[in-house]
Parts: sequence; C-alpha cells; structure tokens
Amino acid sequence: MTFWEKLMNLDRRWIYLCIFIVVIIPAIISFKVPVSTTPEVKKVFNFIDEMQPGDHFYLGIDYDPSALAELDPMTYAILNQAFSKDLKVIIGCLSQFGVGMAELRLSEVAAIYGKESGIDYCFLGYRPYPAIVILTMGVDFRVTFPLDYYGVPLDSLEVMNGIRNLMDVKGVVDITAGNVADMWITYGNGRFGFPLAIGVTGVMSADYYQYLQSGQIFGLIPGIKGAAEYEILSGFETTGLQSIPYQTLAHAVILLFIIISNVGYFAARRKKGR
Amino acid sequence: MRKQIPIYFVLVSGIVMIIQYFVPSEESEWLFTYANDWVIVIGIYALPLGIYSLVKAEFKKLKNPGEAFYAGVLLFGYFIMVFTGLTRASREAASLHMVLFNNILIPIQATIFSLLAFYIASAAYRAFRARTILATILLLTAFIIMIRLIPLGPLSELNQWLVTKILTIPNMAAKRAITMGVGLGVIATCIKIILGIERTYLGHD
Repeated sequence: MTFWEKLMNLDRRWIYLCIFIVVIIPAIISFKVPVSTTPEVKKVFNFIDEMQPGDHFYLGIDYDPSALAELDPMTYAILNQAFSKDLKVIIGCLSQFGVGMAELRLSEVAAIYGKESGIDYCFLGYRPYPAIVILTMGVDFRVTFPLDYYGVPLDSLEVMNGIRNLMDVKGVVDITAGNVADMWITYGNGRFGFPLAIGVTGVMSADYYQYLQSGQIFGLIPGIKGAAEYEILSGFETTGLQSIPYQTLAHAVILLFIIISNVGYFAARRKKGR
Repeated sequence: MRKQIPIYFVLVSGIVMIIQYFVPSEESEWLFTYANDWVIVIGIYALPLGIYSLVKAEFKKLKNPGEAFYAGVLLFGYFIMVFTGLTRASREAASLHMVLFNNILIPIQATIFSLLAFYIASAAYRAFRARTILATILLLTAFIIMIRLIPLGPLSELNQWLVTKILTIPNMAAKRAITMGVGLGVIATCIKIILGIERTYLGHD
C-alpha cells in the first residue's frame, strides 16, 4: 500500500483519538470563538423581548436528555429572559423522557427569580401522542391536562385565568429534537394559526428553513450555534457559548480529515494514471 | 364481516372528520375533541401490550447465557423505575425515582448521543470523496456549511452569506419538493384507506 493509499484508509481509531483529544482541549485551555447573530434567532429573541409583563406564551420542552447539550442552553436562556420580564409561561412536554429534566430546569430558573408554579408559570407535564395533544390544546388545555404536573387543577391556577387554549397565548416557542417540530407546524400553526418559533438540533435545522420563508414559523434557533446566538442576544449565558469552542475544534478536525482523504484519493488516482 | 365492519367505520369516521374540519361550530369543536380523546384512550391500551411484550421477551433471554446479563440489567432497571415511580411524591427532585432518572438515565442518553461525533467524523472521512460531480457538489456544500463554525476573520461574513444562500435556495427547493411529494402521498393513502381500497392496516387472516 502506497503512502497516498494509506492516507485514504486511515484506521478509524486514529480519527476517534483525534476527536477525543480536540474535545478535551477546550476543557483545559479556555478560549472563546466569535459568534455572529442571525436574523432567524433575532426574531425569536425579539418576540419574547417585545412582550409586556403579564403576557402569556407557551414553551414546549419537547426533547430527551440525549439532546440536552444542544437544546438546554436555549431553554435556560428563554426561561431566564421570560422570568426576568415577568412574563407568564405555560410549559408542556411531548417527549416522555424529557418531563423530569424539564421540571428540573424550570424549578432551577424559577427559583432564581422567585417565581411560583400556578402564579407565574404552569407546568403541564407530559401526555403521549404529540399530534393529538397539540390539536387538543388548540381547543382547550383542560381537555388534555385537567391537572398540572403537580396535580393541581388548571382551573384553580391563577396563571391560567383567561387562558383557554393556544389561541389565547401570544405565541409558541417549541424546543425539540424530533419530529414534534413538524407536528407543531402542521397541526399547531397549520390548523390554529398562532405564531410559532422552533429551536432544533443542528442536524435538523436545514429541514426547517423552508417554513421560515413560508411564514409558518417566524423564527428558528438552530443547534448549539443558535443557542449561543440567543445567549449573546439575551445576555443569559450558560453552556451555549461555552460549547462553541468544542464544536469548532471538532468540526475543524472533521474538515481536516475530509481534506486528507481527498488529497490521498486524488494523489493515488494520479499515480495510477501515470 | 370481520373486514367489512372496520371498513365502514373508517369510511364514516373519515368523511365525518373531513366535514368537521371545514365546519367552524361549537358542535364541530366538541366532536373534534371527543374524537381526539378516543385516539388517546385507544393508544393507552397499546401500552400494557408493549410492556407485556418487552418483559416476556427479556424473561426469555434470561435463559440464554449470552444474553442473560443484559436482559437482567434491563429488567432490574425497568422494575426499579416502575416501583419507585408509582406515587405522585416520586415526581419531587429528591425522590429515589428522580435521583435515578437524573443521575443514570440523563447521563446515559447524553453519552450515547455524544458518541455520534466519533462516528460522524469517521463516516465523513470515508464518504466525502470527490469521486463524481455530484459527490463533489455534496462535498463542497458540506464543507461550506461545516466551516461556518470556524472563525475565518473577514471571510466569516462571506461564508455566512453563502451558508444562508445554500440553506434558503437549493436546500429549501429540494426540501419543499420532498415535503410536497410526501404530502400528496399521505393524502392519496388517506383517501385509499377511507374508501377501503388500502386494507393492509386490517392485517392478514
């Protein structure tokens, strides 16, 4: 095997080792990577920023722990922004593994601002069948969630006074790692027409740009970069900006390996041609 | 008869729900909510069936020395989570159920998902080779999209502009074509199911 062929057929363990090393570097040597903000993230930020104290909006925490590294910073920043502006938040989960995690995040941020369940926010908890739950919440929250996560009837919650369904809130921001985003677009915005923005993982983001142009979603927070942008805009920094150096270095290594592979491929082909 | 009755049910339900969609009245809203409640109730009946199937399969594996360990871990984890989560108090952060959830399930899921980075790196190294024109286009597109996370000084702005163009023009056009195709396919299948032409959902005798 020639040198160029070896370059094309590196043992995958070398690649794993390189990735392993580069994701450790930012943990040892702290550095920052400049992040520019994009209009699709700004629109989500402006939507919450322009609401008045006491206004309601729905936040969907529809992801499992597997996506928390990418999506948790969005949830933190949005909840911080909302509670700091005294907005009323209705939170629901359409992912069965996400509900315990969502409750943990919510109670953490609520405690910072002294917000109380039932007065400043309502945590609905989890119900199966996302499409049906979205459709039913569009008619009446109480049909699917007669009680909140803590077992308190929705009718007795101060925060739910005058709020019957999704049409009574200013809009919906859904943070998700699965096809729940499609359901919110199809069954939520499509059927009821409320303003909708979504936060998704990096790999999913390319799928949702079409809905931005058509106006079915007014904003999009794509992956950890979107989360970092949101942190810059809102001023509530958690792990979004901190994660960018890790992602940058990992991407740089992947690109480097792609270059190495192609250099090997062309050099080997040229040599064969001779 | 076994097939005729479900087909009539589907025909009537399908037509009623189509009409309901276009009639904005209180009765229509009630019907819609009532039908959705039914879907949830029927779906819940599938849950015990799934649990029974899982437990039965794992108990069978316990007899096989090669699989017994993993089946044992699964069953142990399953029963622990079920029994610790039976009461409403288990939803509190300090409960055993939530401690197990936060300290075992969350790290496990996050770790497994993180491992993808290693596989993606290896797959990108092998797959992204400029063998043909189409492969070269794919390679260049992926390169431009991925490089947006790397600071390139004044070139970053140009790269961001290119990324936006790629995502909002060719990517969007392709995605829309796929979505429309899928949508038309779904409508066609729904019509076939409502009219009783498509019957595979009824199973085989």
